Amino acid sequence: MGEFKVHRVRFFNYVPSGIRCVAYNNQSNRLAVSRTDGTVEIYNLSANYFQEKFFPGHESRATEALCWAKGQRLFSGGLNGEIIEYDLQALNIKYAMDAFGGPIWSMAVSPCGSQLLVGCEDGSVKLFQITPDKIQFERNFDRQKSRILSLSWHPSGTHIAAGSIDYISVFDVKSGSAVHKMLVDRQYMGVSKRKCIIWGVAFLSDGTVISVDSAGKVQFWDSATGTLVKNHLIANADVQSIAVSDQEDSFVVGTAEGTVFHFQLVSVTSNSSEKQWVRTKPFQHHTHDVRAVAHSPTALISGGTDTHLVIRPLMEKVEVKNYDAALRKITFPHRRLISCSKKRHLLLFQFAHHLELWRLGSTVATGKNGDTLPLSKDADHLLHLKTKGPENIICSCISPCGSWIAYSTTSRFFLYRLNYEHDNISLQRVSKMPAFLRSALQILFSEDSTKLFVASNQGSLHIIRLLEGSFKHLHTFQPQSGTVESMCLLAISPDGNWLAASGTSAGVHVYNIKHLKLHCTVPAYNFPVTALAIAPNTNNLVIAHSDQQPLPNDKTLLYNPLPPTNESDVIRRRTAHAFKISKIYKPLLFMDLLDERTLVAVERPLDDIIAQLPPPIKKKKFGT
Amino acid sequence: MAALEEEFTLSTVPLGAGPNGLLGVEQSDKTDQFLVTHGGRTVILYKVSDQKPLGSWSVKQGQIITCPAVCNFQTGEFIVVHDNKVLRIWNTEDVNLDKVFKATLSAEIYRIHSIQGTEPLVLFKEGAVRGLEALLAEPQQKIETVLSDDEVIKWTKVFMVFRHPVLIFITEKHGNHFAYIQTFSSRTLSKYTLFHGQEEKSVIQNFTASVDRKFISLMSLSSDGCVYETSIPIHPRDPDENQRVVRSLLLKTVVAGNARSGVALTVLDQDHVAVLGPPLPASKECLSIWNTKFQTLQTSRELPQGTSGQLWYFGENLFMLHGKFLTVIPYKCEVSSLAGALGKLKHSQDPGTHTVPHFVNWETSRGYGFGSQNSEQSKRILRRRKIEVNVPPPAFEQLLSTIKKDSEKDIEVELCKFLAVKRTPDFHTIVGDIVLELLGRHTTEPSFYPRNSLMQLIQTHVLSYSLCPGLMEAALEKTDVQMLQLCLQQFPDIPESITCACLKLFLSISDDSLQETEINMESVSDCSDPVQEKMDEQTEILQNGFNADEQNCDSCDRKLNQKPQDAAEETTSCPVVPKRAALLNAILHSAYSEMFLLPHLKDIPAQHVTIMDWICLLLDANFTVVVMIPEAKRLLLSLYKFVKSQICICSELNKIEVSFRELQKLNQEKNNRELYSIEVLELF
Repeated sequence: MGEFKVHRVRFFNYVPSGIRCVAYNNQSNRLAVSRTDGTVEIYNLSANYFQEKFFPGHESRATEALCWAKGQRLFSGGLNGEIIEYDLQALNIKYAMDAFGGPIWSMAVSPCGSQLLVGCEDGSVKLFQITPDKIQFERNFDRQKSRILSLSWHPSGTHIAAGSIDYISVFDVKSGSAVHKMLVDRQYMGVSKRKCIIWGVAFLSDGTVISVDSAGKVQFWDSATGTLVKNHLIANADVQSIAVSDQEDSFVVGTAEGTVFHFQLVSVTSNSSEKQWVRTKPFQHHTHDVRAVAHSPTALISGGTDTHLVIRPLMEKVEVKNYDAALRKITFPHRRLISCSKKRHLLLFQFAHHLELWRLGSTVATGKNGDTLPLSKDADHLLHLKTKGPENIICSCISPCGSWIAYSTTSRFFLYRLNYEHDNISLQRVSKMPAFLRSALQILFSEDSTKLFVASNQGSLHIIRLLEGSFKHLHTFQPQSGTVESMCLLAISPDGNWLAASGTSAGVHVYNIKHLKLHCTVPAYNFPVTALAIAPNTNNLVIAHSDQQPLPNDKTLLYNPLPPTNESDVIRRRTAHAFKISKIYKPLLFMDLLDERTLVAVERPLDDIIAQLPPPIKKKKFGT
Repeated sequence: MAALEEEFTLSTVPLGAGPNGLLGVEQSDKTDQFLVTHGGRTVILYKVSDQKPLGSWSVKQGQIITCPAVCNFQTGEFIVVHDNKVLRIWNTEDVNLDKVFKATLSAEIYRIHSIQGTEPLVLFKEGAVRGLEALLAEPQQKIETVLSDDEVIKWTKVFMVFRHPVLIFITEKHGNHFAYIQTFSSRTLSKYTLFHGQEEKSVIQNFTASVDRKFISLMSLSSDGCVYETSIPIHPRDPDENQRVVRSLLLKTVVAGNARSGVALTVLDQDHVAVLGPPLPASKECLSIWNTKFQTLQTSRELPQGTSGQLWYFGENLFMLHGKFLTVIPYKCEVSSLAGALGKLKHSQDPGTHTVPHFVNWETSRGYGFGSQNSEQSKRILRRRKIEVNVPPPAFEQLLSTIKKDSEKDIEVELCKFLAVKRTPDFHTIVGDIVLELLGRHTTEPSFYPRNSLMQLIQTHVLSYSLCPGLMEAALEKTDVQMLQLCLQQFPDIPESITCACLKLFLSISDDSLQETEINMESVSDCSDPVQEKMDEQTEILQNGFNADEQNCDSCDRKLNQKPQDAAEETTSCPVVPKRAALLNAILHSAYSEMFLLPHLKDIPAQHVTIMDWICLLLDANFTVVVMIPEAKRLLLSLYKFVKSQICICSELNKIEVSFRELQKLNQEKNNRELYSIEVLELF
């Protein structure tokens, strides 16, 4: 294919937020993940764990609890005391409602999915009725003396278990009164800790309550008698999370030491019907606290402070050895955080609350494959643009000419004009942006930087003409009637005539920009679209889907250069397809062509992320 | 835990101080009544609990009592010896000793022994032994001389072994000690030389002995203050040969080494001995209870006014002189079982009675009742057994046919007949068959429940659970707690599920119905003040199964502060009535393994959990004691060594790991290029 100069950029100092909660929905096979900055992400486990939706974070909205209710409705509760319902179609917050109990620490939806329980800082457990369009407060349970950190319904819906500090309460749902109080031993390896925090409870249908606590214990309680049945001391630190499988034959717990333990209900002896909970497998995929775990029918899912979402398939449950059978570690968001100005060799980095503009360096030297060329000019940090307000940035873009920067938060849309005078840069904000542009999901400039395309969360697509220092609203493509699916991917043809836009499931629409009308729609595929591009010259639309299907064969339409003729047959066959693979890079967040022979690649080594996290709990591998 | 209770003085009349003041204390045929023989002329019968004399007899002026008075348990008469050769026999109605039956013998008497189950035995100073009846039939018969010149009897005791008396006496000659064992079943007298071992210089001051089926365990207190133990076989291999037995150290320095007088030793039970004497050279004399198993001092009582070196132990009372008065100190040792830790290790409490084999040992079961340990003879038994197995005794056939059709009364009569017949080697299987036969009829005919017969069969001590499966189930069904208790005590192989079912029954049976049933209370005999507390019914909020009486959260803190106190009260008072406690004790004594028991324990209903917790506390207390057993020492030592090597390995592994990490870091630094570079990449 040829020789490229590759700008390898490792100064994008991006650190994802730690994972706080995960909630698995069995019906849709989707996983909701909330992070410490308030971001909520939706992963489609059927679509190769693709992160298909996300709700931007908010400084004051730390989520502490996340759960799914009937009809695939998603709720969260957080330290600001609000219960929030998310609109998964429009990708915005449907409503937020104060529970009036102080910070919310825990949440649980009843087995039938129509009632919502929240556990609050003031020791109250509040029951809400889930109505079709809202939730309605029903009543308080007996108030406890300290915060309710964990909640679990009995599968019959008649009782609940609530974990607090130093004790677990069992409530009768009908009367709302506590029927049992199970004190948890504060002792930890013989030393009395100040408090024992019940981080998680799980209520099984046989009446067993499983609790995990800050003293490193997993305990089994008989809720009928209120007595401790079994105790497993599994960690020297907190056990912070628990999730039980639907069949109640297996559960998973996560510890502050980064270990995830799998417990299974196995027969005491072979052929015996008597079963016992046994700690079967420990997994060490995390370096830091495992704050949240989930149990899908085929996998154990865990996430925590080290920001990875780990999906560990249960080999005995996996039938076909395919991608689903492999361990998955998801660290980065499945969306673009970087944009590039080709003309000026600029990179715009998007962080939660600021943007950074960098100019790439240059070299005059040449070399052969693998050489590192001496720099005649190093990369420059040109600009640090901080947002106002508590909201996270949803998306951002720099124009190919480098004169425009646009970004959006939930409530506002910002457009800046950049002026370059020698080494000085001046920034000028374009005022009075129309309100309909806010909460944009994707922003794109045309190749000649005269047009701005904005995909809003309502499904509409706005086209803005950019003038020197001002703008003009040109057109809005309204979503097809009946759909409200928002577009999250945009691609413009280099000649500026064609715009491709895609949502998560409904196929790719191609618009004719000259005539401002919908040109065609590429039929929807089983798997969501993860990336879009229109090839120069040919105007071929290339679509990547999340299923990562095998490489196309020789008959593909894609340009397939002649393989080197002086190589052996094996190598020729291996390189006969259009895709050339290089494995020398660390995780790549961005890759683009600056010109015919120059590439820019933004890498983010995982070690650099880990280095920025607080030090993990030191644990001896060979304990004494 | 062994404990001494408040002492009291028996006689108001001061006795002569020293060993001459008191000749002996002996049991009478009525409980709580003891014969006290004063050195001199008087014998007094005391009722101990009332501290009151019931009768007093004296010999004439000029005569002197030379041997403590004893009671003939077969006739209820009293026997005393005065002037070495004259026997006097009387009963409580007699007033004047001068007018009662008198027999003058031809040789001097050392001691008359009288114990339950046999006629009194007379030991002469020359070593000969005679039964009283034979002696009275011909008082002037010639008494042979057994001992050599200058050999004198120092101490003697008699035991019942397999229903036959065995008499032991120790003699001394020129500083050497000899033990003589006289058995009456085989009429053999065997002699042993007590070999002192390394402690040649010490002088033996006092003896005591206990019996354990085949051996007499002779304990001696030496002048160096240590207690030594010597095992002497009851049935010697070669009775004619003079054999040597070696003594071994049992307890070190229980009394001061230089104590001249006032030291005494007596066995209390399997694991406990009482020692009289000054614990330190300068200290006052003390009565101390030592646990020989754990080598620990259990309790001690100071006797500031001095004592005489005489100590008697009967039932639950220790008798000794304190100053000039005869003092009684009740002694009790709570039954503590290491059931959970050691499995079943039940010991019969009183020597001389039948002991139950601890484990099912088929070899001993077969030989049971033959009383022969001779290997040649046992071979003969085996040969004979082959014949006998095939030909069951006719009484058995008779019994089986009776069981099939006759009434319970008839069966009992037949059974008595059967049991009276001499036991065959396969006696236990026959008994098992009988039980199965009875149970078989019980299942077909539910009203038929031959309780008495079954109880009688269980008490043959040869049954086990596997020999008669279904027996305990039937008893459970009938809520026959008495039989269950007996089974738990006797059977070494009860499955855990049955143990648990028994436990459940024992816990759930009402106090009223317990009151009506007859239960063996031996194991809780010292529980004098039963606390009859009814368990509270379950109320609103329970904390870990306990009722915390919590109405609202405001009182939580207060409640929490009170909790330790409550827990203490919980443990000090037993929440069950003594009868239930006796049943629970039977459970605790039975053998079980935790792994199999736990699943069944889960089924115990909630209202019984308090009792369970209480039992757990009791067991925990016992567990802590286990590590102190000398037998555990080796295990602990090897365990310690193992752990130490493990720690060693782990620390080395940790060092290796750190080195690897450093290497990895170096490696990374090499790979870690700068934040920005321009490289050439060729794709083709």
